[in-house]
Amino acid sequence: MRKLTLLVLPLVLLSLVGAGCRQSTPSQGTDAFKVGMVFDVGGKGDKSFNDSAYRGLLRIADDFEIEHTEFEPGQDADRETGLRKLAQAGFDVIIGVGFLFSDSMRSVSADYPDVRFACVDFDVRQDEVLPDNLAGLVFREEEGSFLVGVVAGLKSETGRVGFIGGMDVPLIHRFEAGFIAGAKHANPAVSVTVGYAGSTPQAFADPAKGKELAMLQYGRGVDIIYHASGNTGIGVIEAARETGNFAIGVDSNQNYMAPGHVLTSMVKRVDNAVYAVILAAYENRFEGGLREFGLAEDGVSYAMDDYNAGLISDAIVEAVEAAKAGIIAQEIDVPRE
Amino acid sequence: MSPPGALGTITRARKSDGAGKLVSLLSPLVAVLAAFLVGGLVVAAIGESPLRFYSVLFRGAFGSVDGIGLVLFNATPLIFAGLAVAFAFRSGLFNIGGEGQLYIGSFVCAWAALKMPGAPAVLLIPVLILASAAGGALWAAIPGYLKARFGVHEVINTIMMNFIAVALTGYLVVEIFKEPGQMTPQTAVIPVAGELPRLAGFFQSIAVPLPNANPLNASFLIALVAVWLAWFILYRTTLGYEIRAVGHNTSAAEYAGINVRRTLVMAMLLSGAFAGLVATNEIMGFRHRFLDNFSSGIGFMGIAVALLGRNSPLGVLFAALLFGVLNTGALEVDIFTDVPRELILVVQAVTIILVVVGNEIVRRRLAGGAQKRRPSKEGLEAS
Repeated sequence: MRKLTLLVLPLVLLSLVGAGCRQSTPSQGTDAFKVGMVFDVGGKGDKSFNDSAYRGLLRIADDFEIEHTEFEPGQDADRETGLRKLAQAGFDVIIGVGFLFSDSMRSVSADYPDVRFACVDFDVRQDEVLPDNLAGLVFREEEGSFLVGVVAGLKSETGRVGFIGGMDVPLIHRFEAGFIAGAKHANPAVSVTVGYAGSTPQAFADPAKGKELAMLQYGRGVDIIYHASGNTGIGVIEAARETGNFAIGVDSNQNYMAPGHVLTSMVKRVDNAVYAVILAAYENRFEGGLREFGLAEDGVSYAMDDYNAGLISDAIVEAVEAAKAGIIAQEIDVPRE
Repeated sequence: MSPPGALGTITRARKSDGAGKLVSLLSPLVAVLAAFLVGGLVVAAIGESPLRFYSVLFRGAFGSVDGIGLVLFNATPLIFAGLAVAFAFRSGLFNIGGEGQLYIGSFVCAWAALKMPGAPAVLLIPVLILASAAGGALWAAIPGYLKARFGVHEVINTIMMNFIAVALTGYLVVEIFKEPGQMTPQTAVIPVAGELPRLAGFFQSIAVPLPNANPLNASFLIALVAVWLAWFILYRTTLGYEIRAVGHNTSAAEYAGINVRRTLVMAMLLSGAFAGLVATNEIMGFRHRFLDNFSSGIGFMGIAVALLGRNSPLGVLFAALLFGVLNTGALEVDIFTDVPRELILVVQAVTIILVVVGNEIVRRRLAGGAQKRRPSKEGLEAS
């Protein structure tokens, strides 16, 4: 028995240490409006994509009488099973965070027509028509990228700017296309160097590779690099700090990560999209189909705060705002690829 | 597991059969119960109710026909992966390359299916099952050959082959076989003729209300056949005898005229084939396409399954079912309680450790004082 105690005690102590990091979630109510959220790989606490979605959920739960539950699938097959369990348990809205949910969302939403589903970054097929109870939330990343491209085009002293993407997929090509168009819009003579970290999901989680690519570009006279590469971008920002150049952040506001060296960030407001879709369901005006979030819907933007206020002149802000107005008014055409 | 008789003497020469059977049955059971006890203490330590934790866990797994179907579904790939490890272990090889082998088997399966769009089911299904096994077998044969020919340690090589398999299939599915116009790194859907039927329809026809959405499919039946096949090869064929003989004492086996090199390669081939059969569940039964990185460690869980199952085919079956219960219940706990997901992983890990350790302790206690406390041959095998 003493041996057993010796075995158990460290475990108990260990678990006590870990006990602090979880707030409690909903009680068992039957009438309340219930929202379930299922995270992508990385989950809650990734300081980027998933956390942004979670912020949106917390915000609307604060504003209205809404109960919520979140979880992160452990094994791959749990994605679909988890969505089903939530649907069976009487949740009103179920949100999948990330394009990996696209297939599961299609099949589960067909089986539960009374439950409303939303999928962030939905991987829509050509000519696909979504059912009434499934909203695909997609972002016009190219529009936000266009704006930070304008910033880069005006700010660059060498006339050379760079782009570093994570995984070489159509989603990231949108960032690249918008950025190049924006830079050329601001300064037709600018040249853009493009690099990708790889062709697997790992390419979003390789800061060493990001730094290597960035050092190469800075070495060739590029003085501003826009990254769309998740965690890999941490290496890009690090390289900017070491070489005294500029980087541009992505998805969340990353200006704080290297003050003085992060020019701005292309912010993808997953939180706003999540908030909007839950609110629509809450007010009984949910509609299925593809929902796009661009500049006009406040779905993408560029980040200005104390960290980069000194880096961006009023003239640049004016030019960016003009471009923004032009895009919203559809006077400026932003390419998607 | 081993039947009494001439072949059985290799594995249990020391004990009388009745007591031995009782011990090998009882010890994992006691250990599992002890593990649940510790798991409950951990849950209590973070201020949640262990009763609620376990009631949610077991309600998820056994509370409905759907839950039981999910248990069997979750157990299916683990049976294959566990058999792969257990089978190689009988020849003395530690095949921790199941992950890589199941990726290659799955990719070959999906690729073969996409190459045969017009084939009828009677042809396509057997071909795909064979393709899955062949893919895994081929991938395992490489470290097997290197071990047999050059004596290179199979642990290093199987680990490295895992990396290569994941990277290779990732490259293929992203660069060459990705469904056009999609972001998700996955192949197109295989022809319907290559799909294994879900079992919901069958169960409904015998008045068991398994919902249509339940992913349990005919691959589970293939897994049961694989369990029998592994047992049959090991205990009813010359090759199986040779594999066990080599695993027990390579020098003696060689002296007795067994071709050790050939036996090692064959053991790895068959081991890899079992791992490759994971494709029958993933590709043919469930997703109907190859998704990059789908496995999330099934091959590695196979090691734990084989250890729990004491490297016997039937033991692997039960161990995989236990993991199926834990995985199914874990999802329920994750969604419907405040116990964080990390804690479920802790409970699972504690279960594995305690079962493996406890297995050995209980076995010795029950075996009584007749034997001195030194690790027996069988103990080494199990741990």
